[in-house]
Amino acid sequence: MTITDNGFSATRRLILQGVAAVALVGPGNLGFSLAPAFAAANDKYPEDAFKAKGDADAIKALYGKAAEPSDKVKLDAPEIAENGAVVPISVSTTLADVTSISFLVSENPNALAASYRIPAGTMPSVANRLKMAKTSNVIAIVEAGGKLYSATKEVKVTVGGCGG
Amino acid sequence: MASTIRVRATASGETTEVQALIQHPMDSGFVKDAKGEIIPPHFIRELTFEYDGKSVFVADWGAAVSKDPYVKFSFKGGKKGEDLKISWVDNQGQSDTTTAKIQ
Repeated sequence: MTITDNGFSATRRLILQGVAAVALVGPGNLGFSLAPAFAAANDKYPEDAFKAKGDADAIKALYGKAAEPSDKVKLDAPEIAENGAVVPISVSTTLADVTSISFLVSENPNALAASYRIPAGTMPSVANRLKMAKTSNVIAIVEAGGKLYSATKEVKVTVGGCGG
Repeated sequence: MASTIRVRATASGETTEVQALIQHPMDSGFVKDAKGEIIPPHFIRELTFEYDGKSVFVADWGAAVSKDPYVKFSFKGGKKGEDLKISWVDNQGQSDTTTAKIQ
């Protein structure tokens, strides 16, 4: 009886493992590969994400998924930037378990401007200064508990920061 | 040579606030010089802050970060007189490192 039980549960476990493996591999094969994207976001310079043109592509290259808007992400940026070369932008959030914060400028030649890794014990709040080619949406992405949250604000630029 | 990194780290209560200002051209590669030739991209890619042997903050930067970049963040822990190590590497392989005392 005991032997039969063990045999049964072992088989059951095998089947469950199989199902789990398929579930894990499935989405990666359907879309793009998720594993390299996560590795890039976590410990290596995300070269591809910085080369991506648009904001959606950059977010996808960096995190491998899309972000949902959240009022818990507080994006602080000026309404009008007199000088697009130096636009002070900061982000803070009340979300817990934040692992990274990224800044994107939609209309820049490469949308991703900066991405910050936030280890445990570091506050989910960053201030920096970015260049903006022209009037554009600025997007802040907060990665918290494995999910992405965003806040967007339009900043009007009177003098561009990318020359030409 | 004087360091390119200027840091102010202030401990207050349980947290330490860090402000850093780095001297760097942060050329995007989209701007032309007076002769109409493109100035090649030259920007800091990675900026790391280490405290007590662990990184407390890592910045991955693209060319859209302003010239002479500024960044501010805070972390839990950190005591007056202890060291904070800051280092950066740019896309041309140049780098700089400095150590600041937490105030």
